[in-house]
Amino acid sequence: MSHSHGTPAEQHAAVIAEIKKVTIILSVLTIVELIIGFAMIGMTSDFLRLAAKGTIVILMMAKAFYIVAYFMHLKHEVKNLIMTIVVPLALFIWFIIAFLADGNSYKNLRNKYDRHYQEQATIKVEKKEHGAKHEGTHEVKPADAHEAPASH
Amino acid sequence: MSTTTTASPTEAKSWGGGKSPFNAEYGKVMMWYFLMSDAFTFGAFLISYGTVRFSTNGWPDPNAVFKSFPFAPEGVNAPLVFVSVMTFILIVSSVTMVLAVQAGKNMDKQGVVRNMILTIIGGIAFLSCQAWEWNHLFHEGAWWGANPFLNADGTASSTNFTNFFFTITGFHGFHVFSGVVINIIMLIMTLMDKFEQRGHYLMIEKAGLYWHFVDLVWVFVFTIFYLL
Repeated sequence: MSHSHGTPAEQHAAVIAEIKKVTIILSVLTIVELIIGFAMIGMTSDFLRLAAKGTIVILMMAKAFYIVAYFMHLKHEVKNLIMTIVVPLALFIWFIIAFLADGNSYKNLRNKYDRHYQEQATIKVEKKEHGAKHEGTHEVKPADAHEAPASH
Repeated sequence: MSTTTTASPTEAKSWGGGKSPFNAEYGKVMMWYFLMSDAFTFGAFLISYGTVRFSTNGWPDPNAVFKSFPFAPEGVNAPLVFVSVMTFILIVSSVTMVLAVQAGKNMDKQGVVRNMILTIIGGIAFLSCQAWEWNHLFHEGAWWGANPFLNADGTASSTNFTNFFFTITGFHGFHVFSGVVINIIMLIMTLMDKFEQRGHYLMIEKAGLYWHFVDLVWVFVFTIFYLL
């Protein structure tokens, strides 16, 4: 308990106060996330949607920080222990950038060189009826040629 | 825990032997490394979800998929409502877990028992919510290999969406289930005075780390599947 001094009773009170504070922060962050999530329903502007998603990701990271730092108590551990855990996780920075960029590049290349694939993404289909589920593989059709005769 | 450590030792001294360099017991350090490896597993799942989503032209709108809740009238349109409840259940159970760990540090057996029971109830409540949601989606026609939901722009969707959803929430749900089992074992051990005999409640702390990790993963799963 390096973050509090005094008698055990005072330390205990300090820890409980910290738990309360973090609980309130996590709740507020979640509520803000949900407000943004509701605001995104029906939002048509691509820029606004992207900004909302970016904000949600930042709030998500803030929540993760508070859980790990305070609930899991990592903030009050020895610095070397923190480093052995946090530094390897920095690999995620590269993972996320590399894989998402690769996925995006694959989509762009496919749309460019596979016209059929690209056309599929512009054809609207009817939603299936409810009921009689899970009875065959024809229930759900991927974007295949039979779905859209207009493309022939 | 100890208040006697006044002078902070230099790096060389802390690794010079005779003391715990990380000032943490072996089991706790190993729990941290296990959780780190588990974070990579979940990270791999979520990043592959992101990669597939980035490589696909259309994707279902989560608000059109997750829009019901138990005892809701037919055709209700209430996106985000049920998953908010699930999120708050998990946050609250994480808070009661912290309180249990704190009670353990004070050798307060009654406090540990009370908060562990609350944590277990929270975990079971979360699992029940997830079971309802899976069941609901299954009856809408969603499962591994079956996706009744169209893309947000009305084009035909692939089964990637449901495959990832059931795999990742299933893997997380399995972690919640394991956490509830671990917490029940901790509760039984507390009731049997195992930790009183040992003179410390460090096991509760390690179970707590695991439980917070489950909450942490849900923060990511919730955001990525339901909000983005």
